[in-house]
Formats: sequence, C-alpha cells, structure tokens
Amino acid sequence: MARMKFLCDSDRCIECNACVTACKNEHEVPWGINRRRVVTLNDGKPGERSISMACMHCTDAPCAAVCPTSCFYTTADAIVLHDKDTCIGCGYCFYACPFGAPQYPRVGNFGTRGKMDKCTYCAGGPQADNSSAEYIQYGSNRIAEGKLPLCAEMCSTKALLAGDGEMIANIYRERVRRRGYGSGAWGWRTAYRETVSV
Amino acid sequence: MITRILPALALALGLGLALPTAAQTPIGEVRGTPTNPLPPNATADDLELQNALTGGRIGGRVTIPDQRAASLIQPEGREWRDFHNRTLTWVGGVAVLGMLGILVVFYATRGCIRTETGRSGRTIQRFNIVERTAHWMTAASFIVLALSGLNLTFGRYLLLPLMGPEAFATLTLWGKFAHNYLSFPFTLGLVLLFLLWVRDNIPNRMDVAWFRTGGGLVGQGHPAAGRFNGGQKMVFWITIIGGALVAISGYLLIFPFFFTDIAGQQLAHIIHGVVSVLMIAAMLGHIYIGTIGMEGAFEAMGSGQVDLNWAKAHHSAWVDDEMKKARNAIAGGPGVKAQGAD
Repeated sequence: MARMKFLCDSDRCIECNACVTACKNEHEVPWGINRRRVVTLNDGKPGERSISMACMHCTDAPCAAVCPTSCFYTTADAIVLHDKDTCIGCGYCFYACPFGAPQYPRVGNFGTRGKMDKCTYCAGGPQADNSSAEYIQYGSNRIAEGKLPLCAEMCSTKALLAGDGEMIANIYRERVRRRGYGSGAWGWRTAYRETVSV
Repeated sequence: MITRILPALALALGLGLALPTAAQTPIGEVRGTPTNPLPPNATADDLELQNALTGGRIGGRVTIPDQRAASLIQPEGREWRDFHNRTLTWVGGVAVLGMLGILVVFYATRGCIRTETGRSGRTIQRFNIVERTAHWMTAASFIVLALSGLNLTFGRYLLLPLMGPEAFATLTLWGKFAHNYLSFPFTLGLVLLFLLWVRDNIPNRMDVAWFRTGGGLVGQGHPAAGRFNGGQKMVFWITIIGGALVAISGYLLIFPFFFTDIAGQQLAHIIHGVVSVLMIAAMLGHIYIGTIGMEGAFEAMGSGQVDLNWAKAHHSAWVDDEMKKARNAIAGGPGVKAQGAD
C-alpha cells in the first residue's frame, strides 16, 4: 500500500488559492470551515513564500492520540480520518494539531462547536464509499474512485503534490536538482519525522 | 489630449499618495498569531527544527477571515499532547487511586472514628439551611463535573471498551454539556461558601496545635478547635483557591479563543486538568471523613444539627463560644453580664 502524503513546493506556490476553492467546492464545505488554506510567510518582504496547508495525515497523529472518544482511524494508505458520529466537538484535536487542521462549524461557546471537520485527503469517512450519507458528512470520496485529492490535482503550478510519499518526494528532488534550489518539504519534519533530502 | 491625461495624472498622484499609507498598515501582524522573522533562504526543515526546539510558531498571513489559520506550524501541540496523554493521566491516576488507597488503609486500621464520650442526646445547630444549600449545590455539581471530567481523560481507556463507541460517545457528549452548564451552579456555590465561611476559616494558632497533634485522626485525644478545625480550613481553602483556578481556566475553555490564543487555550487546559484531579483527590478525603470515616459528622451537613458531645470533642472552642452567646442572649443581650456570672 502507498503511504499518502502532501508536499507543497513553496518555490512554486503563487498563492492563487485555487486549492482552497477547489476543496470547498468539491466537498460542499460549509461557511467558516477551511479544510485547506494558503499561508504567506514574510508577506511583502524578501523571502516571501506561500504554503498551502491542510491536514498532513501525520504518522502517529496527535489528534488521534488526544481524542477522548477515539473517533480517529488510519486507513491502509495512512490517511487519517475520523468518525463524526462519535466526535463530541471538544476541541482537543485542535489544541494538539501542529497544523491547525481541525475545523468546527460554529464558534463554540458553551461547547457548541459541532462535529469537527478536516481534510479527508478526499477519502470520505467510515460510511459506505460514495454514499449520500458519506457525502453529506465528509464530502466526496475521490480515493475510492482511484483519483488523488482535487487540491493537488488542479494546482496550476503543480506546487501542491499529493500521492505516495516516496513518489512525490522523488518528483520534488528532481525539480530541485534541475532548478538548483528548494526550501524543502513544509511540515514534513513535524508530521512524518523525516525530511526530503536533496 | 489634456483632458485624457489629467485623470490619469490624478490617479497616479492619488496612488502615489495612497500607497505609503497603505504600506504603513501592518498586514501580516495579526493579534495572537505570531509572525516569525524569516531569513530569506530559510528552509522548511531548518525552521521546523528551530521552532520545535525553541517553542515558537511559524506563522504568516492568510486571506480568509479565520486568523487562527495564519499559524502554519505550532510545535507546542506536541507538548500539550504529551501533557494530556502522559502527565495528566499519571498525575490524575496517582492522585485519585492513591487517595482511595490511603482511605481504604486508613479505614481498615482506624475504622469509623467514634465520639468517645458517646451521644448526649442534645443537639446544637452547626449549619443553617442557607449554608447547607450552598454546600450541597456546590457538592452536587462538583460530583458531576468531576465524573464527566475524569471521563474525558480516562473514559477512552476504561469505559469505551465496555460500552462501545456509540454509547460512549453519547455519554461523553452529554457529559460535556453537563460539565459546561453545571460550572455555573458550582461557581455560584464557591462564591456563596466563600462569603458564608471565610471569617471562620482564617488560619490561627489553634490550627498549628491541631495539626501538631494529628487532628485527632492519629493517636488519642482531640485538640481544641473553633468553628472549623485545621483540616476543615484546609478543605475550605483547597475548594476556594482550587475552585477559583478551575473556574477561571474552565471559562477560558468554554469560550474558546475569545480571550486567548491557542497557547492560552493549552495553558488553560493544563491548569484546569492538574488542579481538577488534585481537587478530586482532596474531596475524596473530605467525603470520607464526612460520611463513613467519622460517627456523627454527616449530621452537620445533613440535618444541620450535631450531637453536643460530638461538637465538644471536635470543636470545643466553637461550642464554648456558642454557649456564651446563648447564655448572653438569655440574659438579655451580649452587652449585659448575666447575673452571678462572676
């Protein structure tokens, strides 16, 4: 089985936010929830770079470790998913997540955040693949259709890569070798305890 | 020709004037989301390593309204996870189970502490209806808060395998709502208890003697005590100080990100968790000595009337005061000396 990962080549990201829009549209994500966002570091200064970030589907995921109801599970492709039926919206996963991936439908005073929502790597949830129940709760399941996440698939500069970790790391290495520079794989050390050495 | 150029000139001038002012507004500096100075050639690997070691966040600017999203990587999440899964589980487990163990051993060796002089059959009022109501409001909400709180930390290991995921999720969800809403009667109770009892709970020299002689728990004989003895004063201040910490940190958690950022939320949870489990351990001791641990103790909070011999044994100075007050009242007010008193 593959070990699915995201890799954002920040030397290519132009902050067009198409990945954010694609994700929201593909999964009918409600207002206020951003499963993916683009963060610009050093905005307007030398060394400015943008990074598209969502759930990184960590190895030994912190969200899963702290969840009081153990609602997280990892698929055979190492995608970290959760069961909204057993999520209580306590917010612990947001405190533990290094990437700010967990999102909640409401502001959450008096414990009314609602069920947590996050990037599913376009792999849905525990319901039957591509059923309407799965679509309402988690959005579409492209993985079950043999497709990769839409954000990476439609990235105009191919800055955002999704797929097997070894394969996308090799694509990135090849790029860096050709163009002669690269700032590395953002979030990899934190998420996977490894980096892409060039 | 000139009519064509003029608007363009005006626009260019306008832009030229407007741009410096626009540049002055710090777009990237959003409150609560740190923007780290980033060297132009910084690599992801270096930054993540550096931030993991120094405990800083990598943050920037986002174009979406949720400014919490501007934090790209926060390594503190790992420390919070470590606290939640390791530190809190251990501190909580040792405190609660340790206290239960101590109580079992204590009950097995010392047994129920009897009033040595037996019952007199006469009673004296210890707590009135207002005091008992405030106590039981606080106590009842505390028990639900404690159980629902312990469930958040230990439930997934203890109850989840027994109940199954659906039933456990339902229970935990209702526990969460109970936890949030019962915080209000608990906090109100804390304020009432503080106002009602603070003047009788100021530590004094009698308490030092009380602790030195083991409070009548170990050994024989009872040290003198006022309305509240040293142990009860300790319970009072644990409740007030611990309760205040738990309440303040708890309200920060109920209104997430309203007052603080993610570091504040994590700190609030750490304080809330540690103080709570320590309070639960202390209250187990309080519940023990107020029920099966001591004969006649429950009556104080039950009916409010305690046996006179029990009161003399445990709160001799208080009984003396009450007797004096009662005698003065009969004799016609506190200012008048009773006949034949000298």
